[in-house]
Amino acid sequence: MLSNDTYMELLIFLILFPLLMAGLLTLIQGENFRRAAVISGAVLVGIASLITLADSITTQAVYHSVPVDMIGILIFIGDILISGYIIFVSLKARQYLVTSITTLQLILLCAVEYLALADHAHIPELFSDELSGIMAAIIGVIGGLICVYALGYMREYHAEHPDRPDKRPRFFGIMFLFLSAMFGVVFSNNLLWLFFFWEITTLCSFLLIRYPETDEAVKNAFRALLFNLVGGACIPVAFLVIFLGQGSQYIGLHELVTAGPGIALIPAGLIAIAGLAKSAQFPFSSWLVGAMVAPTPVSALLHSSTMVKAGVYIIARFAPVFEGQIVGILIALIGGITFLAASAIAISQSNAKKVLAYSTIANLGLIVACCGVGTAEALWAAILLIVFHAIAKSLLFLSVGTVEHQIHSRDIEDMNGLVTKMPRITMMILIGIAGMFLAPFGMLISKWASLHAFVESVPPYGILLVIIIAYGSGITAFFWAKWMGKLIAVGEPQTKDESHIPRSEKNILYILSALTIGVCFGFPIISWYLIEPWLLTMYQSVTDLISLSNIEIMFMMLFLVLIMPFSLARFTHSARRVPRYLCGIPEGRSTAFMGSCGINREIALSNYYLERIFGEERLSRISVGMGIFLIVLLLNILIIGGGL
Amino acid sequence: MDPFIAAALFIILAPVVGILITGLDRILTARMQGRVGPPVLQPWYDIRKLFQKKQVAVWGAQSFFIFCYLIFIIFTGALFFAGGDILLVIFAFTLGHVFLVLGAYVSYSPYAHIGAERELIQLMAVEPMIIIAAIGLYQVNGSFLIGDMANHPGLPILLLPGVFLGFIYILTFKLRKSPFDLATSHHAHQELVKGSTTEFSGWTLAMVELAHIYELVVMLGFIWLFFGDNLILCVAAIAIIMILEILVDNCTSRVRWQDAMTSAWFVTLVAGAGNIFALSIM
Amino acid sequence: MSYLQKSPWIIHYDASSCNGCDIEVLACLTPLYDVERFGILNTGNPKHADIFVITGGVNEINKEVVLNIYEQMPHPKVVVAVGICACSGGVFRECYNISGGVATVIPVDVYVPGCAARPESIIDGIVQALGILEQKRSAMKAGAEGVA
Repeated sequence: MLSNDTYMELLIFLILFPLLMAGLLTLIQGENFRRAAVISGAVLVGIASLITLADSITTQAVYHSVPVDMIGILIFIGDILISGYIIFVSLKARQYLVTSITTLQLILLCAVEYLALADHAHIPELFSDELSGIMAAIIGVIGGLICVYALGYMREYHAEHPDRPDKRPRFFGIMFLFLSAMFGVVFSNNLLWLFFFWEITTLCSFLLIRYPETDEAVKNAFRALLFNLVGGACIPVAFLVIFLGQGSQYIGLHELVTAGPGIALIPAGLIAIAGLAKSAQFPFSSWLVGAMVAPTPVSALLHSSTMVKAGVYIIARFAPVFEGQIVGILIALIGGITFLAASAIAISQSNAKKVLAYSTIANLGLIVACCGVGTAEALWAAILLIVFHAIAKSLLFLSVGTVEHQIHSRDIEDMNGLVTKMPRITMMILIGIAGMFLAPFGMLISKWASLHAFVESVPPYGILLVIIIAYGSGITAFFWAKWMGKLIAVGEPQTKDESHIPRSEKNILYILSALTIGVCFGFPIISWYLIEPWLLTMYQSVTDLISLSNIEIMFMMLFLVLIMPFSLARFTHSARRVPRYLCGIPEGRSTAFMGSCGINREIALSNYYLERIFGEERLSRISVGMGIFLIVLLLNILIIGGGL
Repeated sequence: MDPFIAAALFIILAPVVGILITGLDRILTARMQGRVGPPVLQPWYDIRKLFQKKQVAVWGAQSFFIFCYLIFIIFTGALFFAGGDILLVIFAFTLGHVFLVLGAYVSYSPYAHIGAERELIQLMAVEPMIIIAAIGLYQVNGSFLIGDMANHPGLPILLLPGVFLGFIYILTFKLRKSPFDLATSHHAHQELVKGSTTEFSGWTLAMVELAHIYELVVMLGFIWLFFGDNLILCVAAIAIIMILEILVDNCTSRVRWQDAMTSAWFVTLVAGAGNIFALSIM
Repeated sequence: MSYLQKSPWIIHYDASSCNGCDIEVLACLTPLYDVERFGILNTGNPKHADIFVITGGVNEINKEVVLNIYEQMPHPKVVVAVGICACSGGVFRECYNISGGVATVIPVDVYVPGCAARPESIIDGIVQALGILEQKRSAMKAGAEGVA
């Protein structure tokens, strides 16, 4: 479709244009100006990313060498600047652990650059294939939508918290800087470039989490920074391994992956650890849970749809290297245990954002498990999961943000009967939740596919993963279904009031709901045109991943789900209204009853949280312990493998 | 057999078979208790009577959810007997049950609410074992398709003894029999009034009963899969297991939900997971 | 043939009874009399019930309850007043706190006198109630068709 040169210009546009917007937005003070800038910026970025996606369908993977040599040096300078800033900020805040890790990382990086000066193979720096296209579309479209949503949200946010410093220009600037960095991550072939963009996303996450400038926010921001840096420090070590052992041409992602496990396994394993930290797998999960203190658009963009996807993206890239290897199995086990543990902890949480956070961690665990297993089928499931999760989760986060501003609470227990107060928003939350665990929606398809993939692979570890998924599956149904029930349980109908929701918020939610449903209908198309061709190039053979008959079945299910709205209209007025059964002594209003001693009592129904079995602290301790064990085991194997 | 014909036969015949089995269940229960018991077609009379009542409800939406519950159970059962993918069947069942749970939640009634929560706990307790059973059957048959499993010439149960035992354990949950009839029970002497079905009446309640009968037939079909294509052995196994379930139902009282859930998970781990793990390393 | 007659589900409520009649009602449900032969089940839930079996003379607090339960039962429904207290207040008729029988609160279809009423009478009463139930159902159906 597009010529190679135009294509490369498109990629560079996607990286540089948001950067430019970031600078512009930091300087603009006026709200109207900012509004126009954000909307136009988001639209442009969205369209450009969709063109990239469309192109990746029609063309093979394209590799570009950027004709300017200076960029490598600029990137190194950029790395130094970022590290310098972090050292400065952490020293000021007396976070000495962060300082030391950053310093260590910087030293390692300097060593790498020194080696790179001497041994400098020419590899294409940028590239784009189907997977990059999918990731770019997610970043561009969902990122753009969330930025527009943030306009209305942040206005309400500062109206509600007048004590917090209003630094919205900086906020939106960093959001766009983040988008730029994410495009850099998914389009980079040169791993040094990828590392640079990776570090920018870590920095953006830090700055955005601490935006409220409360003590709690600053503390959690530094924790996120620390964990991501600990993981990120493994990447320069991987570079050292490459330069000292294999040769500088393997600093290219494509070159490294196609070289096979013999050469790539150790660097890939080390980089995967960085990916595990960024995608908040155990033992690194607590940073993501803590990051929920940030404003909701931040949670939606960075901590569910996009930045954490960078972590699993890089593991997915290396999946062909991990296939059948013990390193891959360990990564898969970390993912599986994360899936189970995070789902279990989510049962005991009543804070809506924490439930979403743990659910995100769990789904990322499932993706990581698929990538660790590394077969074509598993990767198929993983990519579908990435797509479906990004859309559904951002819908959920943004809906919860809207609800929070209306009812002034994040607690699920306060969302009782929300269907009468805010029917449309509730409908969208229900779509989002259904998208997370119900047939025939996408996550279900992915779970089904991953079970198919696991039974065949790496006996007997595949079966271990299957058992873990089996337990996790019922657990996820529990916490989602009880949230759904809470929303639709109507005691006394409340007056409908959706008028105070900003227009921008509502429209974005409509679009995201449509996307959730659309992607569900469209998954065969995504599979056929995007995922399967990519898998073909990666694995040179593709098993029968999803037979036509199963597609028919899923369409049937979808059809059934669609006739539901019509039957809802049919049944709603078909019965005589009577009070609910309260042993016969209701009093006055229908939600009160006469208790003992003649005292009137109000019904109070709350969900089960099963604290003693699924309590956060106990389960976290166990899972972090297991996670540490597995990571250390992984490091041991990587080190020994290097020695051999 | 052509899948569509099999599905159609299921939709028409399953209530007949289910009602007869349920009726025999009640007669056997009565005889064990030293009574005579109702006529064998009593469940049919019950359902027909419920359709003759004029419905009452707390909110009309209840009926909508139960209607969806019934449709999905029927659809899933039809998928099962048409020979489809067993994992898909299991996940579709989950969807159906979530509709039942939502129908119970809608009324904001204390009894229905507790019933709904317990329904979810039952779901959580049962799901691992069912998935593991499906995986075990896959390992023996090499295919996830029920059509292939039903035609297996040998006896899958010989390779899946642990899985079978685990499955029978959770079958008690599925059939809503003591000691695991947490969410709603056919015995009025249990507490919680009627649990999740408290606020349903008339044809809504009839649909719940009908869905339960369809599900019964599918569960028995699941037992069938453990015996391949040996017809006599299958029927004998089903008969023996139903009698055992009825016996257990009469001899035990309901346990606490904590015990129900943890024991189900434990049995799943030891019997079910152990079995499939062993199969994978052999 | 109406299915209501083949599957009548009862709800039993004690409205200030001495429990004598209640024990007799429960006796009907035991293996000795085994009313499940007739498809009779004791549901604890008015929304599932067809026959309201009520004992006792009904006091001030019970009035609300009886009305509430009766209202929650779906049509067609019948009420069987078991025991002389439920019929007319019995020996407690003159008491200040007793209404004087169920009929003072809700329409009763069958009166089963006795103190305590014998299980055979109770079963007889319920069988008569089945006939009335069938009449009500036909009337309901005819009424609906007439209106439609």
